[in-house]
Formats: sequence, C-alpha cells, structure tokens
Amino acid sequence: MSIVQVNDLRKVYKDGFEALKGVTLSIEEGEILALLGPNGAGKTTLISTLCGITTPSSGSASVGGNDIQTGYRAARQLIGLVPQEVALEPFEKVINTVRFSRGLFGKKRDDALVERILRQLSLWDKKDNRIRELSGGMKRRVLIAKALCHEPRVLFLDEPTAGVDVELRKDMWQIVEELKANGVTIILTTHYIEEAEAIADRVGVISKGELLLVEEKNALMERMGRKTLRIDLRDPVEAVPEALAEYDLELAADGASLTYHYDTRGEGTGITRLLQSLAKEGLSLRDIQTTQSSLEEIFVGLVKEEDAA
Amino acid sequence: MNIPAITAIYVYEMKRFFRTLMESFLSPVISTSLYFVVFGAAIGSRIDQVDGVSYGAFIVPGLIMLSVMTQSISNASFGIYFPKFIGTIFELLSAPVNFLEIVLGYVGAAATKSLFIGVVILITAEFFVDLDIQHPWAMLAFLVLTCLSFSLFGFIIGIWAENFQQLQLIPLLVITPLVFLGGSFYSISMLPPVWQTVTLFNPVVYLISGFRWSFFGTADVAIGYSLLAIGAFTCICLAIIWFIFKTGYRIKS
Repeated sequence: MSIVQVNDLRKVYKDGFEALKGVTLSIEEGEILALLGPNGAGKTTLISTLCGITTPSSGSASVGGNDIQTGYRAARQLIGLVPQEVALEPFEKVINTVRFSRGLFGKKRDDALVERILRQLSLWDKKDNRIRELSGGMKRRVLIAKALCHEPRVLFLDEPTAGVDVELRKDMWQIVEELKANGVTIILTTHYIEEAEAIADRVGVISKGELLLVEEKNALMERMGRKTLRIDLRDPVEAVPEALAEYDLELAADGASLTYHYDTRGEGTGITRLLQSLAKEGLSLRDIQTTQSSLEEIFVGLVKEEDAA
Repeated sequence: MNIPAITAIYVYEMKRFFRTLMESFLSPVISTSLYFVVFGAAIGSRIDQVDGVSYGAFIVPGLIMLSVMTQSISNASFGIYFPKFIGTIFELLSAPVNFLEIVLGYVGAAATKSLFIGVVILITAEFFVDLDIQHPWAMLAFLVLTCLSFSLFGFIIGIWAENFQQLQLIPLLVITPLVFLGGSFYSISMLPPVWQTVTLFNPVVYLISGFRWSFFGTADVAIGYSLLAIGAFTCICLAIIWFIFKTGYRIKS
C-alpha cells in the first residue's frame, strides 16, 4: 500500500501563478523518491502542500491513509519536514529547539531519543550552544534533528544538500540510508543528479508544475547505460557500406561521420569488431569520441521537450 | 487536544521571558516609580482626592492597566511575529496542531508575562501608597481577563504586521491614546459634559473603570457594562483569530 497518495493536486497562487498543474503520485512505504526539477518547477510547493504549509486549490492527498486536510492531525504526525531555508530561532539552545519540535508534534519528552538523534548528527557536544553560534552546516543538522525527533514515518527533505559541504552531504546520505533501513519513507528534492543517483530508489522529474515522469532509478540508469561512439572519417562516404549493416550505424548528413550506439554493461560492446570491419572496408579514421547519456541529459532533454511543447 | 504542543509553545515562550527576566522585571518597576513621582508627587499634591480616594492611590489601577495592556500586546504580537519574520512558522503550520492550541500556547504565555508585570507594579505601588483592595477576587479576575483579551489582540497584530513598523503602529497610534484618554489618571466625571459622552465610546474606559471599582468600590460606569465590554472584546478577538486560521490570512498561501 502506498504511504503517500497524491491525486490530481493543483495549486494556483493568488497572483494566478499555477505552481502545480494536477500532480498524481504514489509513494510506497520505505522507498526513497528523489524529485528533480529546475528552480520554480513546483517541488517545494508540492512538499509544502503535503505538509500543510500551503493549501491546495483542488485535488487531494493522503499520508498513511489520512487525508491531509480532513485528517491533518494524523497525517502530519507521520511527517517530518526539513525545509530548504534554514529557519531557526537564533537565540535558542540546540537541545531546546529540538525538544520544542517533539512537543509540538504531540510527543512526550524523551531525552534518550533526543540524545541519540543529536549524537547521530554530531550535534551532541553543541547541544547547549545557541543556534547563532553554529555554522551553516551545523544549522542544517539542527533542522534535520528537529524533523526527526518526533519519529516520523515519512521524511521530506527539501534540497537538503544545497550549499552544504562534501562531508555533511556524505553524512546526510548515511543518515538517509539508516532511516531507510528503519522503514522510513523519504522524499527529497534536489538539483544534484548525483544525489538522486546515489540514494534514490525512484526518480521523479517535475517541471512547470507537472510531473513529467516517475521511474525506477535502475530503469533510468538502463537508459543512461547507453553510450555513443562517433567516428569521424577522413574521406566522406555516400552510404554506410553493406558489410557494416549489422552495427546499425547512423551516417551524418555530410557523410563525414558515423554514430554507433552500444551498451557498456553488455557482454561485449562490439567496438573491436566494428573497428576491424571499418578497416576491412578501407575506411580511414580521423577521430573517434564516446559520450554517455547521463541522468542530467535525460532530465535536461525532458525539460526542454516540455518547454518546446 | 494536543496538550504536549500547547505545553511546548508555552514553555518555549516563557523561556524567552526568563532569559530577559531582569529587563522584564526592572522596566515596569522603574516606570511605575517614575509615574508615582510625576503624577503622584507633582500633580497629586494639587489634586487632593478623587471620588474619596487619594490621588496617588487613585492612579494605581490605571497604571497597572496601562502597563498590562501595552505589555500584553507587545508580548503577544512579538511572540507570533518573530516566527513569521525568521521563517520558523513553517513548523507550526506543518505540526498536528489546530488554531486553538497555537493560540492557547502563545496567548497563554503572553498573558502570563503581563500578569506577572501587573503584579510587580501592584507590589511596587504598595511602597508608595496605602492600598486597600475591596474586591480582591474581582480585581484578579479583571486583571487576568485584561491580560488575556489584550494578548489575543496582540496576537492578531502580530499576524497582521508585515514589518516591525506595523508591529508598533497599532499600540502607538491606537492603544496608548485610548489608554491615556480612558481615565487612567483621572475620573471621567472631571471632564466637561460633552467629553464625558465622547469618552464613553472609548472601550478602555470600561476596563479601567471596572478595575478601579474592584479596588475602591467606586466606578465611572456600572460594573456590569465593564464586564460586558471586556467579554465582547475577548469574543471579537477570538472570532478574528478563528477567521485568520480558517483562511490562512497572512500566514498561509
């Protein structure tokens, strides 16, 4: 059963801006879903709506079977949110602000749990520091501690690693792994394709308020696993020689280059044979180059298609 | 009812108060003493008695009301404006709490602070004048009700304000004049007849009059009207706050 269900969710702001144009999405319990999209695509609006910060214009959504509007109490109790902006009260102590969050979500004070979370986030020795004394990265850790301290089943991470150093990013991925092992469902938005590649089970691409695709990361990687070999010929040819038909080569319009697609994870790539066949046909090569389609390219391609449409 | 949430907000807000306890404690003591010096000694020596009460004692209820009203508004408005200003309001909006719980936490804390200040002023006043409170329970009830209703009002201002200037606007332009013209330092019977009528449109008159009645047993307007006024004011504030959370006015898009 899906833990988060979004049905035709729309959000039109007062100024007429349509931030979400009917998003439908199911998120399974225990999975990590990465939402990719350019700035202003609607990622934050989607998360804000599910968390109760923004009111949807139409459509519905539920978390753990509880409607986010009629059953908001039960729904929100299951949700932890790490916002994009670092919003913390500067004069408060770390431990107090974390305890406050736990109380706000209706949970009894639990010092052992708070200690465990703070230790996990390397914040324990800063627990009595005031927020303003912390570095930017540390503040982000505090936001995560606040989101985790009421033991959510679904965690929203809105651009968790934007402007964060490598060490914290690695720590963050580690924490996400541990949470996943405990069965927590994680939805994160990100600009970084490598982040989605590293930790997500599924990847969703959102642009201009529409969800363009949601796919298993591995299936997406399958598409990405394809590489392209471009062969520049010294002398242009008019057609691909008969003997090379089996390689499915594409000839450029000027006849000066051939393109070959292959899969690096296959048994063999066929490159050696191709090159031998080319030599046998008497074609002399000027240059060769290979390119790999990355998630980024797929992503950019999708967004561009969307723009053109 | 999410009791832990109400407690969490209340405790968090009170901690802010205790962090600045000396300031919170000292400023009302000093300002009250100054009022006694200026009004009690300088003016009071020329006005002998008002409604059979020495002028020094007469202004005590007005002084307490003046501080309690302004403190309630500033505490409550700042309490909710600050999370809006620094962005931490997202947490309140995404928490499993309803409007009543948020209001109970913030307004409860703000009212507690101003109640504390009201009591401090009362004790300070005891050093300057002899006070014989005739209806102590009524006095306490009036004090608590005023703290609550003006904290509710302050909460509304905090939600409405979009910058620090607006936060100061209503207290400065509306509340302070109403309090000063509401009989804090004089009995409305001392005014010319026309102004006596005009002043009856000032809601603060009813609060100060009722509060003064609990001290000395004399009032400008009947105690029933005072109760009605403060009850109506509380209900209006509650209705506005309910509307704010229903529509998400200025806090939710």
